[in-house]
Amino acid sequence: MSATETDGNILVAAGVRKEFGGLVAVNDVDFTVPRGKVISLIGPNGAGKTTFFNMLTGVYKPTAGTVTLLGEDVTGKPPHAITARGIGRTFQNIRLFQNMTALENVLVGMHARLKSNLFNSIIRTPGVRREESRAREHALELLEYTGLRRQWQTTAKNLPYGDQRRLEVARALATEPQLLLLDEPTAGMNPQESAEFTSFVGHARDERGLTVLMIEHDMRVVMGVSDRVSVLDYGEKIAEGTPREVQKNERVIEAYLGKAAVEDMKRQGLS
Amino acid sequence: MVLLLLWKRFGLPRYRALPQQTRWAIAMGAELLLAILLFFVDHSLGYAVAAVSALYWIHRLPRLPWRLVGQSVVVAIFLITGVPSLAVALAIAFAVFWVPQRYRTWALPVLAILLAILYPFYQAKMFTIPVFGVWPDVATGVVMLVFIMMAVGLNIVVGYAGLLDLGYVAFYAMGAYTAAWFSSLQFAKHNFHLGAIGTTPNLPGIHITIWLLLLLAGVTTALAGIIIGLPTLRLRGDYLAIVTLGFGEILPQIARNGDNLFGTGFNLTNGPNGITPLDSLGFGNGISHATGGLLPANYLQCCNAHYLGHQVQSTDVFFWTAIVLLLFTVFCSLRLQYSRLGRAWIAIREDETAAAAMGVPLMRTKTWAYATGAFFGGIAGAYYASFKSATFPGDFFFNISVFILCMVILGGMGNIWGVIVGAGFLAYLDREGLANTGAWVNANIHVGHWHPNLDVPLYASGIYGLIILIVMLFRPEGLIPSRRVAAEMHEGVHDEPLYESVHAGAEA
Repeated sequence: MSATETDGNILVAAGVRKEFGGLVAVNDVDFTVPRGKVISLIGPNGAGKTTFFNMLTGVYKPTAGTVTLLGEDVTGKPPHAITARGIGRTFQNIRLFQNMTALENVLVGMHARLKSNLFNSIIRTPGVRREESRAREHALELLEYTGLRRQWQTTAKNLPYGDQRRLEVARALATEPQLLLLDEPTAGMNPQESAEFTSFVGHARDERGLTVLMIEHDMRVVMGVSDRVSVLDYGEKIAEGTPREVQKNERVIEAYLGKAAVEDMKRQGLS
Repeated sequence: MVLLLLWKRFGLPRYRALPQQTRWAIAMGAELLLAILLFFVDHSLGYAVAAVSALYWIHRLPRLPWRLVGQSVVVAIFLITGVPSLAVALAIAFAVFWVPQRYRTWALPVLAILLAILYPFYQAKMFTIPVFGVWPDVATGVVMLVFIMMAVGLNIVVGYAGLLDLGYVAFYAMGAYTAAWFSSLQFAKHNFHLGAIGTTPNLPGIHITIWLLLLLAGVTTALAGIIIGLPTLRLRGDYLAIVTLGFGEILPQIARNGDNLFGTGFNLTNGPNGITPLDSLGFGNGISHATGGLLPANYLQCCNAHYLGHQVQSTDVFFWTAIVLLLFTVFCSLRLQYSRLGRAWIAIREDETAAAAMGVPLMRTKTWAYATGAFFGGIAGAYYASFKSATFPGDFFFNISVFILCMVILGGMGNIWGVIVGAGFLAYLDREGLANTGAWVNANIHVGHWHPNLDVPLYASGIYGLIILIVMLFRPEGLIPSRRVAAEMHEGVHDEPLYESVHAGAEA
């Protein structure tokens, strides 16, 4: 797959590789994200999923390979530049601005979309006033959309766990992303919250035309909403396809359960 | 210290277990006893303790009519016993308590500004503060205001953006030297005049009006801040602190050795002798006449005006100008705090990685914080140099950086009101407070026939250290903290760097 093949794809990663010293965390992964779909990235712990994410968002610089976003090479660009070009993300372990209110968190997310600078902020020109009040309105809308409208003044760290996850999503949406990256969004949620979240992601795709790439461990979420599932193991992509296909893939089962389990299943004629 | 810790550990829990009425009675009794005891040591000390105690207990009374009655009684007592200025101060304090909560955010700053502006008129008539002695003189007030301005500037760097800067004095020095170069005889080969006051046109050297120089000093220092910031701000935490410390050492050394720059014989800074004198401040005759003498033509030949039984001095004019500069600093600082940039600064302080992922360019945003802080440091330095009419390399040692940082920490990082209070207090201690306290101790404390003979200002650094120690132990968030910093101090922020160090500050 070459980097030029961007038709219908929001993001194309070609031969992306990351080494930490002698350890190869991500090994020449080719990966595409088609527009308007929900793609899941799964794999056992330590498979390199988060490292892969961090390369897409510019936190890490790939050792080799290219990342193309909307036809533009963004390999090795710093995180804020990639955010400005249309990737919004959440973090595996929540990284909200703990002591800022929900509204302020979302407003920080809009940073790249606002224009006021040092000088006109001090003078507070009518343009800045207008921009600020519009930003505030938009932020409140996003909070409404994620179901946090009533908690807009609450300090982030005082929100319940599930709400903190939602706030992270609201903040990521505030960056006006074309592609939303969710790193284990339902970790620590109970089954009902997970189900709600699954339908939320589906709605976001359908209503906002959002493309979503998520790392997820909860198979009900993955199978429920994904248009495509990719599987990483030991830094390599071992399978890709519809949820059904992946579920039956031998290498995937092996990666999760070990060789013995696969042989066991074969013996019992399950495979 | 030890007693305080013991009380916190053992005394307090038992005291808390007593019924409320008993606790009140004990506290009231103790305060009264203390006031009476202190009255015999020093009259004004006794008065003050009684006043503060009364203030506190009256505030706990039900609103009407008891509070009003109590307040009137206390004010009347102080009027009768012969400390009218204390009575006036108490009356003002009581009046503030009566202002409804929602107007207080406005009423308090307006009152503070008014009291500050009128300060030269009532300073001489004030009661002596116990231990600290007389109220600070107006010249001390100017220095206090300059230091407050610097602390407010540093607060943008340390308090908002969370960048530990140990070399702030470099900006102060740069501002001071910028003012000195362009308003003195330093560059005597040139002859350039632009609106300077109190000079004749054939006087050698560059002479530019101070109002332009303040701006020029601010802009040069801000540029210097950007130049220093670009390579250093990609460092985190302790590393940044050490590099800024280095810059804080380098610039005063340049000032010290700059009388023969790089061995070329070019005299940039006049070395250890410093540059003095500087031109006077003033608006010139034209503007002065146009405003009916409201804006003085020359600060040093000021003034003939008599108001409220007070002959207006030139220090008073310096004082008012410093207030205007400080108000400008506070205004900018507040506007920035609630702007897109201010939010980004706070986000960086809370979690750099997340901030970058939300589209905040780290390097650019940090550099803006650094440059803004430097800008106000530069203006403060330039104004201070003009006020002293001199600048010496000895004024810009490392201890000043730490001193300003102490002001920010003592007052409460990130909260501008806290920083103002902290900076004002420490600057006052430095200029007058410690000397006065020492005099009081030497005069009033004695064991038998033994009298101490302390030169308290010698122990200044130790005393500031002790103050910071006590603040850190009992109130790590500072006297008047910002809500956010208080929370951070008690719970910590998570700032595991997720970055590769080479990549941390790369700019697109």
